[in-house]
Amino acid sequence: MSQEKTIKTTTDIDSLRSEIRDKSVRVIDVRREEDYKQSHIPTAVNLPLANLLSDDSPERVLKLVNAMGIDDETPVVVYDDTFGALASRVAWTLEYLGHSDVSLLETTFSKWKSLGLENDDKTPEIQSKEHSIHLKPEILATSDYLETSKDKPDVILIDNRERLNYLEQHIPGAISLPYRTLATQDKILRPKDDMKRLLDNRGISGNSEIITYCGSVGTLSGLAYYALKSVGLPNVKLYVRSFKEWKGLEKPIAKQQDANYWDLSAE
Amino acid sequence: MTVSDLKQSYPDSSKPKINWARIEEAEDFANTVKLFRQGKYDEDSFRRYRLQHGAYGTRMTNDYAMVRIKLPAGEIYPYQLEKISQLSEQFSIGSAHFSTRENIQLHWVILEDVSEILRGLAEVGLTSREACGNSVRNVMCSPLSGVCSDEEFDSTPYALATARFFLRNPLSQSLPRKFKFNFTCCEKHGMVRMVDVGLIPQTRDLDGTIQKGFKIFLGGGLGNKSFVGHQLEEFTPEEDLLYTSIAVIRIFDRLGDRKNMARNRMRYLVNDMGWEKFQNLVLKERAIVRATQSVVTHLEVDNTPSIIKRPIRISDESGSSIPDGYARWLKTNTIKQKQSEYYSVFITLEAGDITSNQITALAEIIQEFSSEGHARAGFVQNIALRYVHEDDLPSLYSKLLTVGLAKSGALTMAAPIGCSGTTSCNLALTNSHRLAKEIQRKFLELKLDQDDDLRDSSIKISGCPNACGQHGIATIGFFGGGGRVGKEMYPNYQMSLGGRSDEETTLGATCHRIPAKRVIPVILKIIELFKQNKKSDDTLKDWIHRIVNGKEESYIKSILDMRKALDSFTIPPTKEEDPDFYTDYGSDSSYHTKTGKGECAA
Repeated sequence: MSQEKTIKTTTDIDSLRSEIRDKSVRVIDVRREEDYKQSHIPTAVNLPLANLLSDDSPERVLKLVNAMGIDDETPVVVYDDTFGALASRVAWTLEYLGHSDVSLLETTFSKWKSLGLENDDKTPEIQSKEHSIHLKPEILATSDYLETSKDKPDVILIDNRERLNYLEQHIPGAISLPYRTLATQDKILRPKDDMKRLLDNRGISGNSEIITYCGSVGTLSGLAYYALKSVGLPNVKLYVRSFKEWKGLEKPIAKQQDANYWDLSAE
Repeated sequence: MTVSDLKQSYPDSSKPKINWARIEEAEDFANTVKLFRQGKYDEDSFRRYRLQHGAYGTRMTNDYAMVRIKLPAGEIYPYQLEKISQLSEQFSIGSAHFSTRENIQLHWVILEDVSEILRGLAEVGLTSREACGNSVRNVMCSPLSGVCSDEEFDSTPYALATARFFLRNPLSQSLPRKFKFNFTCCEKHGMVRMVDVGLIPQTRDLDGTIQKGFKIFLGGGLGNKSFVGHQLEEFTPEEDLLYTSIAVIRIFDRLGDRKNMARNRMRYLVNDMGWEKFQNLVLKERAIVRATQSVVTHLEVDNTPSIIKRPIRISDESGSSIPDGYARWLKTNTIKQKQSEYYSVFITLEAGDITSNQITALAEIIQEFSSEGHARAGFVQNIALRYVHEDDLPSLYSKLLTVGLAKSGALTMAAPIGCSGTTSCNLALTNSHRLAKEIQRKFLELKLDQDDDLRDSSIKISGCPNACGQHGIATIGFFGGGGRVGKEMYPNYQMSLGGRSDEETTLGATCHRIPAKRVIPVILKIIELFKQNKKSDDTLKDWIHRIVNGKEESYIKSILDMRKALDSFTIPPTKEEDPDFYTDYGSDSSYHTKTGKGECAA
């Protein structure tokens, strides 16, 4: 695994188009099946996030990956229409399985279409391949792991839900970095320098271990996982079962007290 | 082709003439926060620095700030709104707040993110510099300046020039206390006697030539103790506008109280000294300023008329039906301009709050409907869209309706003001913000916005005695506090009646203490009493003024009579009878007062 490959978190539009022409990439569309069937990026296969989440055990994921014609060497690019959050969750799952060359399309399918770029409704025929399993537990955080490590001085826990949800309840010690902060108008992630400055200001830098979480299945925090990787932070983990599990396990919860912040919202 | 090549661009005519920002201040703010966190910057100096850059403290925490974005003269352009929408989603709570002083506030911002907001604002020429702290705050101007049929001339260019002169000016970096300018169009639409310097444009005939000038009022202000401003002189010619402003600020800077934080606004100085003495001092100081400016100092007043161009319609709406509620909205939200065929349209927001999606939609709507290409913030947590062609009003209404911005009653009593209260303010005792929203909802539900008798009355609510909600000048005003029954506490409001901010500016007279959960029934009771006793062409406002001034003839002759009529509402039930009485709006736990340190006087 080369250094360069680990740092590449997004693929730009131009590169993806030439990779599609060269037939050197497997593109995964994680939207719902009916949306995929209407139109998608040429050659893309469909893996709706809900389908993956129905059972994301390594054995099942391996079957899905093989069926999509992905082996250990196949470059994979994932896209969605949800500002990159669903695509991130799928990409992370492949990475966890041990796939080293997976990245996110830099933009969403809507944007792709609005630029007038090619799309079609054909489902490609796929030749199944054999992928290996080399799990990467170092990118996964479980509730037990989180509980024992979150208070260590070199661990930073990041909550990627919206600010009001964070104020209302969050895992004690977490800092708030809403997922919207990570993107620009056009791209699912800010440019590297911009992202780095933002994270530096928040003290998210250096060799700390960083754990991200969000509301329930690790999508928003999956995007944050890639945001942190995009600036080269070396040790990032996703608490994939996120706040829903934490709360369900009745673990401690912190709250911003004595203020009626919800009443400032015009929603 | 890259994605960024396709960014929407705006023509020059839709951009503001003045860039208020300095990008280097963002960088500097980020570095200063780092130094502060490392303990290399003491708490007091940091607070002063933070406030000078427009970041205010937040209730019960040091981790968050409120960023107050200044809109000098209230002007806001579509591409600026788009940026603010983005910033509120990224760094705030997904909503933004229009204040009573033509600022937009982003709440619950992490202190370390403030610099990112400053950076974003600089991209669109906006600043929060000197929006807080002891400086010249946002220079306001009536949202109707330039279109009001009662005005002598448009004071907007003078407001902008004044804002420009004092922003970052060494003269006003360390005043004893904050300092506010309000320009207006006419007597009716302004708030010139409730501010440090209030200005109404006027003209006089000087041997056949028309001379522009102002009526200037000094030393007014709302607060824990409010004062009505005094008129400096009969007529202040426009050439003297800047000299007068400088003279007043110099006197305040020199003589203002720097020790007693609770009474150091200029109005206290004027009051302590006596108006005549203060007036003389200003006139003398102005002569000195005029004589000693080493270079000729003048305001850069840009009087080039703005381009009025009716936007081209892409869609053809002829034949599409007008949605329900149009007549009601037209009656209660629009004003005919002095320019024929054009209207100013007011958008009322619940206590000034607007979602980021609505802000984005608003940016589009301005481009589509305002022939001047920008909007103005109003005085009552609202927004004015001006130069809307009368033929476009129905389609504008439809558009506003689809994004939830078509609430009626903008120009009526059904649009109360509520300061931020316990939603974010350290000093607040009650949730005045939510109470204002609840009153608005009730008024609209009862269609009271359509009642002509109530139209010129107002309701204004502050969450503490400090009057950010301007309760003192409301027809019915409230400020929050705590009430007590034995060991139990409940949210309570001091109600005042008969305040006004027009030619006969008066502060409301204290009437009664009303428990928070009884405020709405009490307001409705007052309206009921009015309806029972009104004269044929009476308005609620007139009726209340007669009561306050002891001139009413019906059985409610005085504030005391009114007090008696409302007594039954103020008796606390037991907690078992009505547990809700003991909670404030937006909270399900028992009420208790809790405050932190205020920063107004930092």
